[in-house]
Order: sequence, then C-alpha cells, then structure tokens
Amino acid sequence: MSARADAGVTVAVPDRVRHLLRIADTSLVLAQRLGEWVGHGPAIEEDLGLANTALDLLGQARLLLAYAGELEGRGRSEDALAFLREEADFLNATLAEQPNGDFGDTIVRQFLIDAYQLELYEQLMTSADPRLAEIAAKAVKETRYHLRFSSAWLVRLGDGTAESHGRVQGSLDRLWPFTRELFDADNLDRAIAVAGIGPQLAALGAAWSARVDAVLAEAMLRRPAASPYRWYGKQGLHSEHLGYLLADLQHLQRTHAGASW
Amino acid sequence: MYTQGLLEQGSKTVTVAAVEDAERLQRFEAKIDAEEKIEPKDWMPDAYRQTLIRQISQHAHSEIVGMLPEGNWITRAPTLLRKSILIAKVQDEGGHGAYLYSAAETLGISRAEMIDQLLAGKAKYSSIFNYPTLSWADIGAIGWLVDGAAIMNQIPLCRCSYGPYARAMIRICKEESFHQRQGYDIMLKLARGTVGQRRMAQDALDRWWWPSLMMFGPPDGASQHTALSVRWKIKRFTNDELRQKFVDFTVPQAKFLDISVPDPDMRWDEAAGQHRFGEINWAEFHEVLKGNGPCNRERLTARRNAHDAGRWVREAAAAYAAKHTARSVAAA
Ligand SMILES: [Fe+2]
Ligand SMILES: [Fe+2]
Repeated sequence: MSARADAGVTVAVPDRVRHLLRIADTSLVLAQRLGEWVGHGPAIEEDLGLANTALDLLGQARLLLAYAGELEGRGRSEDALAFLREEADFLNATLAEQPNGDFGDTIVRQFLIDAYQLELYEQLMTSADPRLAEIAAKAVKETRYHLRFSSAWLVRLGDGTAESHGRVQGSLDRLWPFTRELFDADNLDRAIAVAGIGPQLAALGAAWSARVDAVLAEAMLRRPAASPYRWYGKQGLHSEHLGYLLADLQHLQRTHAGASW
Repeated sequence: MYTQGLLEQGSKTVTVAAVEDAERLQRFEAKIDAEEKIEPKDWMPDAYRQTLIRQISQHAHSEIVGMLPEGNWITRAPTLLRKSILIAKVQDEGGHGAYLYSAAETLGISRAEMIDQLLAGKAKYSSIFNYPTLSWADIGAIGWLVDGAAIMNQIPLCRCSYGPYARAMIRICKEESFHQRQGYDIMLKLARGTVGQRRMAQDALDRWWWPSLMMFGPPDGASQHTALSVRWKIKRFTNDELRQKFVDFTVPQAKFLDISVPDPDMRWDEAAGQHRFGEINWAEFHEVLKGNGPCNRERLTARRNAHDAGRWVREAAAAYAAKHTARSVAAA
C-alpha cells in the first residue's frame, strides 16, 4: 500500500462493508452486462472471450460479497446481497452499469474498468485486511488477462478501419465522463486509505492514467477532456440503467421469496 | 449437441454410384471394416465427404444456435452460482461449435461458408432450439433432456469412422455429460422446492419431452440414408434405437423427480424389457425443420443480427492485421 496504515487507525465495520461492496458490485454489475453478450458476439472467439471475463468477474464478486456478508455479521449470503438489495444500496461505479451498446462501447467500458481494477487489485494485494489481500491476489491475475483482451481489441478497433476508428473514438468520448468517479476520493475512500485497507485514489488515478494513455496512443485514439460532471454510483446514486439491470438480475428471487435454487 | 439424424434430411442424394474408382473405394471400405480411422489426407468417396460435411456442419450450427435459448436466462439465473454454471455451459456450447467447424474444415469447406449457409437459411440445425425457454426450469430441462439426448446420439459418434469428428466427439461428450448432470440438478432442486417451483418443473417437462424425442430424427422406416451411413460407420445405431435408449434412461429419472412424462400411452413392457411410448407428432417435427417452429425466425434473426453487427469489428481486425503485417514486412 502506498500509504501505510497508522497503527491503531480503524474503520468502522459498516464502512468496511461499504468499501467491499463498491468493489464487489462493480464486478457483479459488469459481469451481468457481459452476460447479455453471450451468443451475440461478433464471432465465436469474441463471444467466448467476453464470457470468460464475465465468469472471472462473477467469481470475484462472489468472494467479495461473501466476505462482506460475513464481516457485516447479519447473516446475509452472497445471494442475499446480490438479489435482495435495492438499487440505492448498490455501490458499483456508474461506468459498470452503462449499457453494452455496440462491441466498441463494450470494449471501451471494459478497457477502462480493467485498467482501473488492475491498479486497484495490485494495491489491494498489500491491504491491511488480509482476507481482502488474498482475494486481490487471485483477482489480479485474472484482471491482467482481461486487460490484455480489451487492450488488444481497443488497438485493433482504433487502428483498424476509418469506420472502426470513428466508432470507438465515439465510445471513448461517451464513456470517459464516468471515469472521474473512480479516482475522486470521498470520506470513505480517505478513511480506507488512512487505515491501509485500500489505496490513495489520487495515486491510483495517476497510475491508471499512464497505463490508459499508452494504450490509447497505440490505438491512435485521442484522450477526451476531463469531465466537469461527476457520477456517484459508489454512493448509491446511479444512472437510469441500473434499475433495469437489477430487475432482470433479481427477478426470480423477488418473485419466489424464500425459495432455494 | 446436437446431431439429429438430420443426415436424412439433406437435399443432396447420396449415392455410391457417384464413386468412380472401385479400387480406391475397396481400400477405403476395407479400412472402415477394420475399424481404422479415415483421416483428412486419405482418399474418400465424395458421398462420404459430403455426408460428413453436412452432418458436422449441422452439428456445429446446432451448438451455436443452441446458445440462444439458454443464453436467454443468463441475466435472470436465480443464484450467482447458477449464473456461473450457466455462463460456463453456454460457453462450452460455443466452444463445441468452434471445434466442430474446425473438424468440418478438414473436409474442404471454410467456417465462413458454413456460417453463410446457416444465415441464408440453407443449412439445418437441431429442431429443438426452435422452442422457447419460458422459465428457469427450462434451463434444467434442456440440460437434463436435450444434453441427455445429445449424449445418446453422440456417444456412438466417438467411434465414427472419420478421425477428426470422432476425436471432437470424445471431448464434447465429456462436457455434455456435465451439462446433463447440472440440468438434472436444477430439476431436482425445483422438484423438491415450493409449489411454484414444482409447477415450473412439470411445465418444463410437458413442453420439452416431445421435442426431445424428435431430436433423434425421423423413424427408421422414413429414413432413407441410414443404411449407407451405418455401413460407413458414420452412424452406429438407428434413430429409433437411440430414441428407445433415451426413453428407457429418462423415464425413471422423471419418476425420481416425481413429475410426469406427458404421454398417456407410456408404459413399461415387461416382456420386451423396455418402455412403450405414444406416437410422436411428426407433422410438427417437419414443420419445425421447414422453418415454421415457434422460434425459427427469432433464432435466425438473432444469428444474422450478431453477424451483421459484428461486420465492422471483423473488418477492423482484418485491416489491423493487414497493416501490421505490412509494417513488419517493411521493417524487415
Ligand atoms: Fe454442446
Ligand atoms: Fe451441452
């Protein structure tokens, strides 16, 4: 961790749970989006590639949700947290819930989040929370692979045909404003960083920026200007899209209350 | 999944008369009689090649189209574990498709040609995927019945005389049997669940039972080309033999689930040691194959949309690869 824990600094359990949910929900919601692609990709190999990423993200979400439930101590399982929380209690980055759009939109969304998650998990491997560090160590390997897949496609699309270049630059311009939220620390982020549980988001943002710029250059894409507007998905304030996503996700558990599957 | 004895449905007539070279044919058949595999470089009668191309490509298309009805429930799977299992399953089917297209390519046809045939509505795929998935229990029923029927069809294909197809089948059958067990596990959970869940399970069996029996293809009497396929060891059992095996295997499983097979004529024939079952609605089967099933249009439209929407992506990849090669050649 870049900022080591001050010995004795502790974060209240509900805040630690909220911090875990931010990471877990981003993976869960993104996996749900990628699941919509299965069977509809531009070719079999891409279909399988997106499904692979979805499976890894779902695996990360399950580990993190299970841990959040244990830490919380109210007996909520991974499924209770995924299927029975309301929209305002989901703390994913707003970027993750953005609709799939075309393949270029999906690749840009994926690339921006992969690069973010890679920096994040690398830092979390030395978290003061050993359980979180353990989950991050597993996730970091998967995320490296995800980023290879999304970067390779971003470069192909950016440096492919005039049409693909135009399309994917448009995707980047549309999705870029959602990245600001990832690195703007709020009180919870700051408390987590001071306790050495998670990284300083400003430093994370700088590392992310460098990584993203290198790939954008290779893809012949222009980095959009910084967005004046900031989203607050990580505080439970979402775009219009999450409600529909949750309606699908939670449909069976909500209509058959108490059933086991 | 999913061969269907579709062999017999092809428009091309398969005749031994087309084979001109008697000596090479003799050697080819001697090899088959000796249970040796035919490999891509070996001489083979054109009728054998065409039959295999048709069968393997239909099988590959079935895997790919089969991703759609199950993919329909990925976003709504009831637990995170079930969701993971379903994504992995549908992904397996895509892998089977890719693997089978490669096996067909060894016979001198490209994947692109085969996909064009599918999208043009000229190629067939298993009729079962033209039925809708209306509830979560359908995902259980498909794994249990449809993957189950696929296994019955495909286990003998592991010994098919054509090497690449036989080897593909060995790998694929292993995964299909996982799918079958996972599907049955979904059914078991529902069958032991709430009233609503049990109703869902029964409804799924009601809708999937007959279409599953149809997966084995038309009855032997109506099937013209089985004999040649059996002689060349492409096919080892007739459609009716495989269908009977499936029924005998599946009926006790339905009993264990405590749900009923929707066939008033179903009974155990003690003397014969097998189940007797009612008449299959072959008119429905032929309509579905002709494109008039409940979801034929939807399935093909979904495949066409994916293909069309992916065109600019494939073009970009090709353009990038070409530039990249040109650059590295220039640099050398
Ligand atoms: Fe399959
Ligand atoms: Fe399968």
